[in-house]
Amino acid sequence: MNLQGLWVAFTTIIVREVRRFTRIWPQTLLPPAVTMTLYFIIFGNLIGSRIGEMGGYDYMQFIVPGLIMMSVITNSYSNVVSSFFSMKFQRSIEELLVSPVPNWIILAGYVAGGMARGLSIGLIVTVVSLAFTHLSIHNLPMVVITVFLTSALFSLGGFINAMLATKFDDISIVPTFVLTPLTYLGGVFYSIQLLPDFWQGVSMANPILYMVNGFRYGILGVSDVNPFVSLGMILVFITILTAISLRMLARGKGIRH
Amino acid sequence: MTHALEIEGLTKTYSDGFRALRGINLNVREGDFFALLGPNGAGKSTTLGIVCSLVNKSDGRVSVFGHDIDTDLAGAKLNLGVVPQEFNFNQFEKVLDIVTTQAGYYGISLKKARQSAEKYLKKLGLWEKRDSPARMLSGGMKRRLMIARALVHEPRLLILDEPTAGVDIELRRSMWDFLEEMNRQGTTIILTTHYLEEAEAMCRNIAIIDHGEIIRHTSKRDLLKQLSVETFLLDTEEPLESAPSLDGFNCKLDSEGSLEVEVSKGTGLNSLFMELEKQGIKVVSMRTKANRLEELFVRMVEDNAQDAGKVGEVMA
Repeated sequence: MNLQGLWVAFTTIIVREVRRFTRIWPQTLLPPAVTMTLYFIIFGNLIGSRIGEMGGYDYMQFIVPGLIMMSVITNSYSNVVSSFFSMKFQRSIEELLVSPVPNWIILAGYVAGGMARGLSIGLIVTVVSLAFTHLSIHNLPMVVITVFLTSALFSLGGFINAMLATKFDDISIVPTFVLTPLTYLGGVFYSIQLLPDFWQGVSMANPILYMVNGFRYGILGVSDVNPFVSLGMILVFITILTAISLRMLARGKGIRH
Repeated sequence: MTHALEIEGLTKTYSDGFRALRGINLNVREGDFFALLGPNGAGKSTTLGIVCSLVNKSDGRVSVFGHDIDTDLAGAKLNLGVVPQEFNFNQFEKVLDIVTTQAGYYGISLKKARQSAEKYLKKLGLWEKRDSPARMLSGGMKRRLMIARALVHEPRLLILDEPTAGVDIELRRSMWDFLEEMNRQGTTIILTTHYLEEAEAMCRNIAIIDHGEIIRHTSKRDLLKQLSVETFLLDTEEPLESAPSLDGFNCKLDSEGSLEVEVSKGTGLNSLFMELEKQGIKVVSMRTKANRLEELFVRMVEDNAQDAGKVGEVMA
């Protein structure tokens, strides 16, 4: 396939992915908006008003970057894992496998599809948050780069999960037992400065902490970790997961007999 | 002569140790209408799965129009259209989207994809259903949708795995007509089927695969020459109470009262009718009992099973 053909194949996968999550918008776009509205009301307004400031900002302002990032992470991941596994389950993945689309385009298409949903949700949550608080951007490039790379990283994670999954249970184990705890313990609702030294050290082993804080730095200008270290870590993880995904595709892990 | 498909020494052993293919060789000429026949589990779908890169081969060489799948997989795939045995599209997507999306995977722009999709959906009688979700289609329509999807990038080789399974007779015949038209226009077609009348009606060359080995690879004409006996069913004017004794012919009554007569190759049917005339039996209609290819197929597979049994005894 020539360059134009590769581009057509890439955009075809993205369009199909976007069509899928917009077709089922009550399952994909609406729930995060409702959930985050509840978070803002309960944690931001009701409880937050009693907590006072955190990191030099109102509690509501402090948690907004974390909640946006949490939505981006979970939706990027779940879009790819559910879409790709459904294709495996229905065998419609064979449409791609018999075609001349190279593996790296398949991966790029799915990651871009996951990013499309993750970033759409991020935008929706941002708009919802504006109804509760004022947001000013401290460092726009940092905001954009961090959110795009984080979305790409968790789309890759979702892809690997879908490749390995053999039943529907397998696609909910990681989000429920790994992703959600790491996100909640990743500094979305608090600064790790509040924790004893030991637990601060433990928290530093949580990769999601770096993403949440990198994004928070971009918006508020405060962070528990060096934001450039955050970006470096995200890039390292993206490189590793990309290599794993391409190797699995080349071997046909879970998709070819 | 260009080969649409060349297979050399193809083997496949699955992870559970099952040897599905034991070194098969197969050539299909460009423009051919070819049938790959065999009983369930013989290795048909594995063979086609490897050609379509849905199954990883263990060893051997496969090339499609000269494009080796080990060195030029994309080139091979561009020439190939696949209609699988089971429905493998997203049931929630619209018919037109399924076909145009497939074209997109081949690098065809949306504008051209829509033109091609319209052409094949119209030919296959699905254009009116283009905005319907695939799950709303009948079984026959779903099969035709998979054919339209396989053709949208105009492949030179079309592979169909049981294309008419579960399709009613009328629709099956219209699909035969469509496939014959595609073949006349230059598309090489390979099909597997359980309906041997389908293979007999359409295919020019045939391979029979059993236990992962090609036991026969020849033209349909040569294959049918091997038939030594044909069986006819005769309906008589007056019901018969028992089978008559006809000089030179084996005959019996079937469960519905028709007279079943075996006619050896080279024996004229006139002598049969003369025998019947002598006994005062009037025939009102006549038909072949089973299609000829089916008789041969059953015999070959049975012979192969007996040979395999003998080898097993020797090895034991």
